[in-house]
Parts: sequence; C-alpha cells; structure tokens
Amino acid sequence: MDELRPIKLEVGILDKADGSAYIEHGKNKILAAVYGPREAHPKHIALADRAVVRCRYHMAPFSVDERKSPAPSRRELELSKMIRESLEPSIMSEYFPRSTIDLFIEVLQADAGTRCAGITAASLALADAGIPMRELVAACAAGKIEGKVALDLSDIEDKQGDADLPVAFMPKSNVISLLQMDGSFTEEEFRQALEMGTNACRKIYDMQREALRQKYHVVRDETEKEEIAEVKA
Amino acid sequence: MSATHQLSPVAKLEQKTVHDLIAKGKRLDERNPLDYRPLTIMLGTIEKANGSAQVYLGKTKVLAGVKIETGDPFEDTPNEGILTVNSEFVPLASPTFEAGPPDEDSIELARVVDRGIRESKAIDLKKMCIEPGKKVFVVFVDIYVLDHDGNLIDAAAMAALGALISAKMRAFEVKNGELTYKDEMVPLPMHNYPVPITSVKIDGSVVVDPCLEEEQVMSCRLTVTTDKNDNICAMQKGGLGVFTPDEVKQIVSTSISKSRDLREKILSKVN
Repeated sequence: MDELRPIKLEVGILDKADGSAYIEHGKNKILAAVYGPREAHPKHIALADRAVVRCRYHMAPFSVDERKSPAPSRRELELSKMIRESLEPSIMSEYFPRSTIDLFIEVLQADAGTRCAGITAASLALADAGIPMRELVAACAAGKIEGKVALDLSDIEDKQGDADLPVAFMPKSNVISLLQMDGSFTEEEFRQALEMGTNACRKIYDMQREALRQKYHVVRDETEKEEIAEVKA
Repeated sequence: MSATHQLSPVAKLEQKTVHDLIAKGKRLDERNPLDYRPLTIMLGTIEKANGSAQVYLGKTKVLAGVKIETGDPFEDTPNEGILTVNSEFVPLASPTFEAGPPDEDSIELARVVDRGIRESKAIDLKKMCIEPGKKVFVVFVDIYVLDHDGNLIDAAAMAALGALISAKMRAFEVKNGELTYKDEMVPLPMHNYPVPITSVKIDGSVVVDPCLEEEQVMSCRLTVTTDKNDNICAMQKGGLGVFTPDEVKQIVSTSISKSRDLREKILSKVN
C-alpha cells in the first residue's frame, strides 16, 4: 500500500535547453526542459525585482487512450498554474530581475500522477540549468482504493479510486508547495495519506539527488580525463 | 503559459500594515484570525434561470445561475447526467479583470467549485439520465463574479450550491425512450452539500476568509471543501508560498468545523 511504482530519472538529455530531465514513473514518460534565465520577452511582462517564472504543462495527443486534442485544455491550464506555484517557492528568482525562467513539461505517455512526475522532473531540469534553488522539489500522489489509503495509484487504480491527493514537498525545509485533492477522505484518512505522500517524496528526493550526482559525476570524470590528456601532450 | 503575476503597488504599500496587524492577532477589518465575514445568501433572484443564488461575503458579491438542458452523455458515463461549471470574472467586478476568454484564475476557480460538487456527489447524476448512451440532462452552473473583495472561491462555491438547491426543473417521465414533461416543477436530486473554507498564510500566520488586501499580500492559500458528513471532498493550494504539514492539518480541522455553520445557513434558505 505504501510502495512507489518504479522510477527512472535522467538529467540533461536535451541539447538545446539550458536544463532538462526525463522521468519514467510507472508507465508515465515525461520530459521537462528549462530555458533561462533569459531576457523577458515581450518586455512588458518583466518584473523589476525578480524573474518571471512561466510554465506550460502539456500532454501529447498520443499520451492517453483516446487521442487528446493538442490544444491546451482547461485541465492543462490549471495544472500549468499549479506546477508553477509548486516550483516557484524553490527558485531564487530575486537573483534575476527583468528576466524569465521558462519551464516546459511534455507528457509523452500518461499513467496517473503526471503532474507529480512532471514536478519531479522539472525540479531536476531547473537544477540542471544551474538556477539557484533553495531545495529540490519532489512530488507524489497518495490516494484511496477500495476504502484503503494507498500510495501512488496507477491509471487503472486511479479510475476506480475513491480519492487522489497529489503532494509536492521539500523534505529539508519540511514544507508543502503543492496540495490538491479530490474524492472523499475522512480527516484521519487525510492525515494518513498526507504522511504517506510526504514520506514518498523523501524517497523520490533521494533519487533526484542521485540522478544529479550521476550526471555531474560523469562530466567531472570526462574533464579530468581531458586534463590528464592535455598534461601528457 | 502560466506566468508570475505582478504584485500591485498598493498591495506592496499595504503589506506592512497587514503584517503588523496580523502579528498582533488582528486584521484590517477588525476580525479575529479565524472569523468568517458575514454571509448573506439570496436564492432564486433570477427568475429565468432554473436556479440562482446571490452571495454577499463581506463586500464580495457573486451570482450563480443554473440552467438545465438536454445533451449527449459522456462515453465513459452513458447513464449519467452531466455537470458543467464555468466562471466569468466580469470586468465590472475589479480593475484587474479584463473582458475575454477566462484566464487561469477563473479556470482554477471553476474547477475547484466543480470538484467540490462532483466529488461530494452533490447531484445524483444517475437520476438525470433520459436514454442511456443517447440523451441526458446537462446541468450548467455559471458563476458570475460581480464585486471582488477577496475569497472568490468560497463565495462562488456557496453561490453555486445555493443555485443548485434552489433549482427547479419540470418533472419528467421516460417511456420507451420518449421524454415527456409533466406540469409540476421538482427540485434537482441533491444528495450532498459541499462547502469550502479558504484560509491564507500571511507572514507566518493563518487567517480564514481573506479580504482582497489580505489576499494580495498572502504567501499562499488553502481551500478545503467538506461535505455534510464532515468528509473532505476537495482541496486546493494556491500562491507562491509553502505550508508545513502541521499547518495543513490545522487548516483542515478548522475548515471542517467552520463549514458546518455555513452549510446550515445556506440550507435554511430552502423552503
């Protein structure tokens, strides 16, 4: 009941983006990319004391059972806002006045919990872009199925589920930056689900750190090799 | 794309005043931190709608109207009626509202109200089916924000609930797939009464039912919608700040107890 689906994280997989990450969470396959900080365009959106953070969450037409129209739905518009508000508290946007930080999340395949997987990947992409952050944001959903509180429901479970509680959490600061819920929880069940969700976020947070270490460990190895080669030559 | 809003210059100037008051456990309008503003609700103010309700929450004014029509069911729920919630931030309600397609705040509001009604199973949509897979009733809830003085989500959701409980439709009968109406008017099949309570965090303190000035300087808000059995049926966090898990648990408890009085008040208006 409190087990996560398998998660695979990869950092820095797009060439042109300033930062990028890829997540597989269950059957979810999601790409996140960050452009910025870059000059605000159009200029009138710029803020004098901080960067404007912009976010687009989008699902590919082939990501779900029945083809989804590529035009942004009301759900996608709401989630773009929720995801932006879940990541903005972690970004030190006051360092980059008059600029924008643009976040793009593309769901290639959806399997319940896309907003959470998207947040987990986007936070890694922000770190990969070298943007100063207070902490990584990890996200995971808890829910209820057949009357029992359970973690990280898959697509089929979610459709029969009685409740869904997506949570984004920063473990070191012990704060919640995204919280939504629908379904039916008693107060006690809600407390259990919240506990389960934040604990899972702690595990995902460790995986995020490991994914960053993997990527930058490899880079360091390569530069060391190059330096040795230069010295020899 | 969803982008960071600019804080209004007035809000920046008022920030210190609001913070200083809240540090002393006081508020701009002399309420206590956990006091809700006085709620006035009038049902059936728009005669041409099937149902309607006008809500005054302090100086915030919201009108909701219900229209019932027939339409095609969704493929995954062939024998259920359809609920559709939309909201309109009418430009006359605030200097910051503009005419045009709904922005993300308006969409968020409509979707939070929708989730409360849908997830609490407030309307028995199975009783709104005419011919399975072919024809069902569609319940349109349209929310009109008329004056914006903060906490639009709560005002909108209570107006929507009021409009639904006041709604009347022609009694109908289905024989061999044929729909016939009778002369008498009947209420909608209502099963539950979801009521939201929104709290905001300002300078580390939590206050209930923010007015506009408080909303502009808040770090974040949390809306908790509960049903008639004290179960939680929808939640939504908003804003650029963060909550600790303990703050969330506290807000949930407060919301459950606060919603009871408001629900009673709304239901007392139905005759």
